[in-house]
Amino acid sequence: MNRPAGHFVLILMPGVGAICMASLAASEVIAPRFSTEVGEESPGGSATTRESIDTPEAFSHASQGIGLEGEAKFKVGNAIFRKLWASSPSSTHGSDGLGPLYNSRSCQGCHVKDGRGHPPSANYPADTAESMFLRLSIPPQNDAQKQLLAAHRINSIAEPTYGEQLQNLAVHGLDNEGRMHITYSDEPVTLGDGTLVKLRRPTYRVEALKHGPLHPETMLSPRVAPQMIGIGLLEAIPESDIRANADPDDRDNDGISGRTNEVWSPDDETVALGRFGWKAGKPSVRTQAASALAIDMGLSNPLDRRPSGDCTAAEPACLDAPNGNTDRDDNLEVGPKVFDHLVFYSQNLAVPPRRSFADPVVRQGKTLFYGLNCQGCHAPSFTTGNVDGQPQLSQQKIWPYSDLLLHDMGEGLADHRPEGVADGREWRTAPLWGIGLTQLVSGHTLFLHDGRARSIEEAILWHGGEALAARDGYAALPKAEREALIKFVESL
Amino acid sequence: MLRLLATATIALLLALPALAADAPAVSAVAKTYADIAEAGYTDSLIEARKLRAAVDTLIKSPTEENLVAARKAWIAARVPYMQTEAFRFGNKIVDDWEGRVNAWPLDEGLIDYVSQAYIDQAGSNNDLYNANVIANTSIKIGGETVDTSKITKELLSDKLREAGGVESNVSTGYHAIEFLLWGQDLNGTGPGAGKRPASDYDTKNCTGGHCDRRGQYLEAVTDLLVDDLAYMAAQWGPDGAARKAVMADDGRAALAALFKGLGSLSYGELAGERMKLGLLIHDPEEEQDCFSDNTHNAHYYDALGIKNVYLGSYKRIDGSVVSGPSASDLVRAKSPEADQRTRASIDEALKRMQAIVDRANGGEAYDQMIGEGNEAGNALVDQAIQALIAQSKELERDIAALDLKTIEFQGSDSLDSAGTVR
Repeated sequence: MNRPAGHFVLILMPGVGAICMASLAASEVIAPRFSTEVGEESPGGSATTRESIDTPEAFSHASQGIGLEGEAKFKVGNAIFRKLWASSPSSTHGSDGLGPLYNSRSCQGCHVKDGRGHPPSANYPADTAESMFLRLSIPPQNDAQKQLLAAHRINSIAEPTYGEQLQNLAVHGLDNEGRMHITYSDEPVTLGDGTLVKLRRPTYRVEALKHGPLHPETMLSPRVAPQMIGIGLLEAIPESDIRANADPDDRDNDGISGRTNEVWSPDDETVALGRFGWKAGKPSVRTQAASALAIDMGLSNPLDRRPSGDCTAAEPACLDAPNGNTDRDDNLEVGPKVFDHLVFYSQNLAVPPRRSFADPVVRQGKTLFYGLNCQGCHAPSFTTGNVDGQPQLSQQKIWPYSDLLLHDMGEGLADHRPEGVADGREWRTAPLWGIGLTQLVSGHTLFLHDGRARSIEEAILWHGGEALAARDGYAALPKAEREALIKFVESL
Repeated sequence: MLRLLATATIALLLALPALAADAPAVSAVAKTYADIAEAGYTDSLIEARKLRAAVDTLIKSPTEENLVAARKAWIAARVPYMQTEAFRFGNKIVDDWEGRVNAWPLDEGLIDYVSQAYIDQAGSNNDLYNANVIANTSIKIGGETVDTSKITKELLSDKLREAGGVESNVSTGYHAIEFLLWGQDLNGTGPGAGKRPASDYDTKNCTGGHCDRRGQYLEAVTDLLVDDLAYMAAQWGPDGAARKAVMADDGRAALAALFKGLGSLSYGELAGERMKLGLLIHDPEEEQDCFSDNTHNAHYYDALGIKNVYLGSYKRIDGSVVSGPSASDLVRAKSPEADQRTRASIDEALKRMQAIVDRANGGEAYDQMIGEGNEAGNALVDQAIQALIAQSKELERDIAALDLKTIEFQGSDSLDSAGTVR
């Protein structure tokens, strides 16, 4: 984490003692000991919703200040987000084109109420894992593939038979690809005060493969659907501001590096900063949406024109299956107009306001958060740039608590599957805003890329690598202070 | 009116013309709400049973007359059902169940043959075009092989519909029956509905193949609809769970469900998802009853359902009226002006819907109205959308007038919030 050189700041940490923190410039916001900061109650700036967040719809509001026209566009986008796609051919040209292989029939199927997904409660057939899937890839097999990766034209080499992802569903008449199978084992962790916490460590495999075994070098990466709020604001952060926090060689010796992912942007035909996805594999909301449509639902769209989605040459019946491309929609299943509404909707899912941000315990938790240098990766605040035609997203001071950079998270969380620049141990810092509403919106508190953590505490305890010191610092805190820190995170 | 004036003297009313009338008990309003739901679902059940009889006649004697009679029975069955949509978006029991009877769009190709035109268009004789339940005794669904040798209610409900929760295939309910009676509407935004011949059910001179199995599917799926409607009618009966849920908290749970339901149906569902989206992309699929070209009626009866619930009065299919203390009465007691504005907006929305119905009856179906380049048709649909939005705004004001945000929703987790009409 590279910040402008500055003087040392001493922070008095109850229960931990004095912690020495280096490299914080005087001009920067430093540990706000029991204080509140201007604007922090509105993490999305002026776009923060003022609608009720006491309901499961808390993540489903439009950006404040979106305007009447914007609201109408948002509603239509919401309809597309919720739309159940049908198999082709059907009379409903605008709604068919599902699959042939898919993980979900609708966006909402995974991002339920615009919130995060979850691992299945049990393996198939007891649960069909509707908001979680496995990414598949293999190491580059030849120079051509190496060059594509080096030039950032692609993020990974698809598994030759099953493609980029394991689709566990298929339209009628067609084989699915197989089923994800998870086993959990208990992993006891003892905290500083003797408290025993049982983590669950997942192991993944694929069962009931329909087209023979996976390539022997196949790498699996489990992914749950992330929450949708605030992504238009994250997209609006000036690239230079994100890059400014990168410190790939840890020149400031704080143990935290932070790297950018560099990925292909089909819109600009160039390499761009990766921002979205668990490994920052996509540069924009448009590319992220296009990928989800094509790979998760099998829908062709302006940025991915394959009507057969993730079908490979080894799946000829899948490639030959009827598709929903129609002339009227630019020979696509999701035409440009529908796609633009979907993207606009996604960009404008509002961030909720903070709850009880001024509560003394929350403020104590905030001090502890800073004391452990959690903000070394979970960067509190940015100011967005200008977004054409979307003043509600422009020039807003936002509080995502993420630097959007890649960090080594240690062996415990590693998927050993590179994606673009990100290696098998790196993950993008997850934004923390809205996290305290997960139970209300999604009906669970399952966190991290594969939902293995069953609470915020478990999520913290899974942190390793660059975050190991912060994790150990948390584990060493007395109970009341651990609770205060979590209360702060829940207030975000 | 007796209940309204019982405690107010004429003189007082004259002296204070703006003074609100006495509000009815919330529990009485809740009872009316539940009574209308019960009557609406019971009417839907009665009509579905008539449809079942008409389908039976068609299968036994597959003549064009009997096909037309079955289609008429289907259209009649939609009349009470669409009015019950006012009970969606607020009652969890209804929302959890609705997909069983009204899911849309349909996986047509999973049920029966689809047009040869599609196959020709694709330029191949792909087996997947024939991978439907009617033509096959075994079929892969969701990637797993399912035995479809016997087409029964259980097959449709347990194997096709329920497989995979939200990923389930859409192969049952009103629209599946509609597809089996009309066939695909291949006319896009041009004129004409589906054109399935009666001989598709004629086992002696069978068209479309597998006429016996098509008849079995139609019987099973109609039986399933009858079962599902019987279930919902019972939920609103004297001891039904849906009735109990809305009567909770002295009936205040009903108010939240009522306003959230009406507002959501009017704004998000009808104006937004069904009408605006279709208009935007000029897409005939956004007509709900697409095989039968009955969408105009679907929209109209949705709007009528909103009026029924707000005014606490429903005219049943036999002509009798179920009525009682209403949300309108409650609002009027707080703000006569708000109530008047709401009623005016409801009338306006119905008037706009009626204009669409009139145009449809005049020969231009809804799918044509939303067609690209049809400015007059587009405008008519847009006016209806605007009226629905205006109606939603009045309903929002009513929520404020009734101070519904103070309602505690505990004990009724179906109710997200009355304050967040979407």
